[in-house]
Amino acid sequence: MSSNPDLKSLNNICSQVRRDIVRMVHAVNSGHPGGSLGCTEYFVALFNHIMKYDSSFNIEGKGEDVFFLSNGHISPVFYSTLARAGFFDVKELSTFRKLDSRLQGHPATEEGLPGVRIASGSLGQGLSAAIGVALSKKLDGDDRNVFILMGDGEQQEGQVWEAAMFAAHNKVDNLIATIDYNGQQIDGPLEEVNSLGNLKAKYDAFGWDVLECDGNNLSELIETIEAARSKTGSGKPIMILMTTEMGKGVDFMEGTHKWHGVAPNDEQLADALSQLEETIGDY
Amino acid sequence: MKTKLTYTDKKDTRSGFGDGLLEAAKKNPQIVGLCADLTGSLKMNAFQKEFPDRFFQVGIAEANMMGIAAGLATAGKIPFTGTFANFSTSRVYDQLRQSIAYSEKNVKVCASHAGLTLGEDGATHQVLEDIGMTKMLPNFTVINPCDYHQTKAATMAIADHHGPVYLRFGRPGWPMFMQDQPFEIGKAITLIEGSDVSIFATGHMVWRAIEAEAILEDQGISAEVINIHTIKPLDEQAILQSVRKTGCAVSAEEHQMAGGLGESIAQTIVKNHLVPQEFVAVNDQFGESGKPEDLLDKYGLGVSDIVEKAKKAIRRKG
Repeated sequence: MSSNPDLKSLNNICSQVRRDIVRMVHAVNSGHPGGSLGCTEYFVALFNHIMKYDSSFNIEGKGEDVFFLSNGHISPVFYSTLARAGFFDVKELSTFRKLDSRLQGHPATEEGLPGVRIASGSLGQGLSAAIGVALSKKLDGDDRNVFILMGDGEQQEGQVWEAAMFAAHNKVDNLIATIDYNGQQIDGPLEEVNSLGNLKAKYDAFGWDVLECDGNNLSELIETIEAARSKTGSGKPIMILMTTEMGKGVDFMEGTHKWHGVAPNDEQLADALSQLEETIGDY
Repeated sequence: MKTKLTYTDKKDTRSGFGDGLLEAAKKNPQIVGLCADLTGSLKMNAFQKEFPDRFFQVGIAEANMMGIAAGLATAGKIPFTGTFANFSTSRVYDQLRQSIAYSEKNVKVCASHAGLTLGEDGATHQVLEDIGMTKMLPNFTVINPCDYHQTKAATMAIADHHGPVYLRFGRPGWPMFMQDQPFEIGKAITLIEGSDVSIFATGHMVWRAIEAEAILEDQGISAEVINIHTIKPLDEQAILQSVRKTGCAVSAEEHQMAGGLGESIAQTIVKNHLVPQEFVAVNDQFGESGKPEDLLDKYGLGVSDIVEKAKKAIRRKG
């Protein structure tokens, strides 16, 4: 897919995905709504405008753009987006985190959920796996791209920097990584827990091509990802530092770490849903 | 009079890996190799030279290497990772668990310099817990071949097996006594038949078990020596068939007693056919610097230890 995004249609999907997220975590009184809500535009843009893929899903992803979620705890937005993009029936969203479900608390391959290529949840491992697929695409002469999302708190994991160093040294330039830069982690703001310092300068120094954007502004986000796509093949891995607001779209969840891993109660759910229009039908 | 197993040459098992990898890669273009700055030690140079595009030098970053391997496997490649056994397991256990085992990735974790026989580098590098760590992971196959020929054959066999594999081998030159024969994963090999005691050995300890059998025979004791090259899945049928005949067992391995081959055999025996079992293994200790053979002797893995444990097992039959 390419330019001229249908912003109205994409925004409608975003609103529905946000409804899905709060309903899913409410139903099982667990899960991570904050980061999921913040990354909604990114997932919706990627799966409904940016990436070329076959929703019948083959795990190898040959000839397709492939996506990896490294910060697996934002599984609600991942699952909702996959379902809304036709990977599986939206009704299955009601099984999230329940016994015998394919929608595990953190994404997994064991149950065979279409769209998931590797387990994630224990942080810091996704970038390495994405590099592996990117290298494989180069070996096979496959010119599609690999997309990978990480959390900002996740940047505290050492393996991320092992992978960052490798990707630059080996010119893994078919890789478009994105960091959800919401500034919050479970115990509080990153600035208080363990500051990342100048993250752009760090990735610059590691030899990456770094772009920045507002991840909750759909048109700016799409422009940035397309700009990133145009930079592929030029010898450097690409990083998008995507500023988002944790909890975006539900006023009482916005901008705080308190909704990182807490589900809304019945009253809070009603409040949240009143702020999110049902556009293409609840599951 | 039993047929005696002998050897004329010694060779390191890691060379078996290097030669096996090259041969497997010539047959299967999907095979790729990754190494974390130990290409020479792992004997991966020939593969690197022959297939430079299919070789990835990751540097000293083992966690990243396991993750990249998982990604390559996702896309249909058959990655063989190479580093020391310690850095292949304890260093990267969560990567093995989440990105490879749980994610069911077809990655071959190939681990050299396992155990005490790594020698002079000492306990920091002498991993003695790796069999336990890997056998506990669902989906993993765990293999510890005993000599150059068997390591080469095992390396080629795991390329054709779909699923994560931990292949453990070592540094020093070691007697080459196995025939150059195809490797069957999970199928124990009876090297010497006997009737008084079953000795189940893996890795470098298989040769020591053969030496122990000769001493026992001189003392009028008939020992059966079985090469358990695959710890998981364990050939329970071969183990039970042997202990039903001999009535007692000795396990011998270059590993901690906790978590090792002996423990797996004990489970099999306890669940199916209870007989006395003795363990030749490291007993809750770290190793130290020294020569491989001396280290095995000091830490209770000597030929004489196998002999004594065999006699003790026989006495316990009552």
